[in-house]
Amino acid sequence: MYDLKPADGAGGELSAPPPAAIELVGINKHFGPVHANRDISMTVPRGTIHGIIGENGAGKSTLMSILYGFYQADSGEIRVNGEQRLIRTPNDAIHMGIGMVHQHFMLVEPFTVLENVILGSEGGSLLHAGEARAREELAHLEAEYNLDVSPDAVVADLPVGLQQRVEILKALFRGADTLILDEPTGVLTPQEADQLFRILDTLRTQGKTVILITHKLREIMAITDNVSVMRAGQMVANVATRDTSREQLAELMVGRKVLLRVDKGPANPGRPVLQVGNLNMVDRRGVSRVKDVSFQVRAGEIVGIAGVSGNGQSELLSAIAGTIRARSGEIAVNGTNIKVGQGVDAHDMRELGLAHVPEDRIHEGLVTTFAANECTILGYHDDPAYNKGLLLDRTAILNTCEGQMGGYDVRPPNPLLKAANFSGGNQQKLIVAREMERDPDLLLVGQPTRGVDIGAIEFIHRRLIAMRDAGKAILLVSVELDEVMSLSDRILVMFDGAIVGEVAQADADERTLGLMMAGIRPDEASTSTGGTPGGTSPA
Amino acid sequence: MSKFGRPSDIPLWANFVLVPLINLTLAFMVSGLVVLAIGENPIEAVGWLLRGAFGNQEFIGYTLYYTTNLIFTGLAVAVAFHCGLFNIGGEGQAYIGGLGVGLVCLYLDFLPFGLIVPVAILGGALFGAAWAYVPAYLQATRGSHIVITTIMFNFIAASLMVYLMVNVLIRPGQQSPESRPFDENATLWSMHEMLGWVGIEIARSPLNASFLWALICGFLVYLFIWRTRWGYEIRTAGQNQRAAVYGGISPARNIVLAVSISGALAGFVGLNEIMGVQQRLLLNFTAGYGFTGIAVALMGRNHPVGIVLAALLFGALYQGGAELAFEIPTITRDMVVVIQGLVILFAGALENMLRPQIESLFRRGGPADANAQAE
Repeated sequence: MYDLKPADGAGGELSAPPPAAIELVGINKHFGPVHANRDISMTVPRGTIHGIIGENGAGKSTLMSILYGFYQADSGEIRVNGEQRLIRTPNDAIHMGIGMVHQHFMLVEPFTVLENVILGSEGGSLLHAGEARAREELAHLEAEYNLDVSPDAVVADLPVGLQQRVEILKALFRGADTLILDEPTGVLTPQEADQLFRILDTLRTQGKTVILITHKLREIMAITDNVSVMRAGQMVANVATRDTSREQLAELMVGRKVLLRVDKGPANPGRPVLQVGNLNMVDRRGVSRVKDVSFQVRAGEIVGIAGVSGNGQSELLSAIAGTIRARSGEIAVNGTNIKVGQGVDAHDMRELGLAHVPEDRIHEGLVTTFAANECTILGYHDDPAYNKGLLLDRTAILNTCEGQMGGYDVRPPNPLLKAANFSGGNQQKLIVAREMERDPDLLLVGQPTRGVDIGAIEFIHRRLIAMRDAGKAILLVSVELDEVMSLSDRILVMFDGAIVGEVAQADADERTLGLMMAGIRPDEASTSTGGTPGGTSPA
Repeated sequence: MSKFGRPSDIPLWANFVLVPLINLTLAFMVSGLVVLAIGENPIEAVGWLLRGAFGNQEFIGYTLYYTTNLIFTGLAVAVAFHCGLFNIGGEGQAYIGGLGVGLVCLYLDFLPFGLIVPVAILGGALFGAAWAYVPAYLQATRGSHIVITTIMFNFIAASLMVYLMVNVLIRPGQQSPESRPFDENATLWSMHEMLGWVGIEIARSPLNASFLWALICGFLVYLFIWRTRWGYEIRTAGQNQRAAVYGGISPARNIVLAVSISGALAGFVGLNEIMGVQQRLLLNFTAGYGFTGIAVALMGRNHPVGIVLAALLFGALYQGGAELAFEIPTITRDMVVVIQGLVILFAGALENMLRPQIESLFRRGGPADANAQAE
């Protein structure tokens, strides 16, 4: 699907190689006792796309934060275009031609593209002159790099893929020669990701340098010239992409052999556990988020919901979990009908045998300021097992937490540690343990492995399969197409709040799903194979 | 930017002891400069301050009497704070709570003493809670900002009390807006009485049994907030509303609950002032305790132990300051208020001023880090 091969010769086969765009030498960074970056050295030649991969907590973000001036290294040096530089603030980095596109966009949504681009470099107290200059410059940039966006469009109205372009334009407008992209494809459809890669390719041919942080090995293989692998604060490999393979990179990242595919047998679906009929949800602004959605999940099967984030999957999951209120329709769990649209909360739903691993572990699944053991009882604090008379039974809570930490390999296994101080993967394991150990009939899982390292992904996937095989019904929502495809027995695709179609696992491939995620129904898709789906983006 | 490495927190002792101590030291250093500026010796002033607060039994009694009020209002601010809310209305809630206590003492004084105390406690709690309930309800269901509404309720409380004292509760045939004195039966034991029964003679002071109730309240607040499922719900709702909803915990219900409890605690100021000391209803007995309670809670890190200690500090400042103004005439009462203000400023409002520096000291700490700082 990603057929963009690195352009031959772009990687600097010139006779007298120019100085590297970025060179890091012996970078060290400590946070208290944690040695986050240990003697990191890395060279990024000008005009190349350089991938950085590594598990969560491997130190990629710290390294990029040092390069972009959020932190300063304890020791080591940074050379930009061959000159040793001191980068104290992001402003310094910008002046040296380093730009960054964050995973979560830093855009002012009610502003227009133009206003966002000039934000912080308005050039004077009156906007008019600056804007006129910026408009010209922007048109020039857009033409040069194939970055079509209307300068007067309001950012909030743009699809995510275009918002990302605005971020790239912002960086280029500030004169970036080197662009750092942090997990840029997490929010994109495969087609939008393709477009992004085409843009990156253009940037490369125009002589810009790109540093791409990602955990998707496929993207590394598709687009980068060189790749650096980090593990536990150290740089374990710097290789040319063409000399390596996904399997080898995965092994380098984790330090052992990893199963990239999920091993599972055929499903044995039984009685329906979750039945959803004509469910509708309207958000506060009156926008319809879930439109007439009907499906069921049976015992012993995993039903996956694929879709670009923001197409109603989150709202659907939350409505079933009872954390937001649906407007109309039917939800039945274990045969019990729920009064949709009335005061049914998450507590009532749990009583029916539902457990819920929420999409957003930081803001929903955990209270990060609580100790791990306090997070263990979230949603179950009324359970008599956790209470002794009027007071909470601390011994029971601590024991439960310790038991779950052991069973799910949470590290460090310290129930008194603040939830915020666990790595993303371990936070997720805490939540997964809490919800799975209730032995629910129906498990709702949202983005089970978002920002989770490969080792933990493997673990969580195996647990999900084990639960399915134990006859539980599982509803999975994920923006990771790979994940949905490998875990689900059936896949529903959502677009703009409605279910576009259903695909059995055996028939699922990235292209079909990708088209459906862009709102093209399967029947239409088969007739329009000649077209270029990459050109459309969901409005 | 939460993604970029999260440094470990500073140790508990530094958070609870070191930071407040440094802030306090700064406050006293600046106060010392002020005292120097008006031509007095700061060391001598501190001496008088300490002697005034703890110099003899009577002074200690006064210090603890002030402390009692500040424990109540400090706890009040803390309970609301655990639900993520800033209750600025302690002053008004204390005022109305005092009205509740006073009404019990005026009109239910036929009850036996053993009954009138719990009824008065209930009266203070109910009136204080009711006064807090309205802003809490508006916050929970309408999103009216509780800082604004509780401030306004302070003014409403003040006006209401003036009206009631001048027109309704005033003792017939007198000019001053005060009620009749309470029946002997409807007053709290003073501390010198109570200790006298067990044969310990101490000097007379306004200190009374409500001090013990304040300590009990501190313990109950600790149990409630950290050891019960209801406290757990309040803290969850306060820390992360989405997680609360996810856990089946209603933020709205907990806002109302926490702020009502907060108001009840503030209302207990009336036990001390009205039932214990003044033994009649009158105006302006809250004297800013509701506001100082905010500083007490901030300095005490919203934990009952910290709040009792911080209340003791501010109690000592109230009492010691009064003696200081008496002993060194050039340091007027207003100067003492300046010193108290500086402590509130440094310990309360600027509570987080030095925190980043202290945290970074703890984060570094290794030999490699000395270099980093030298850069």
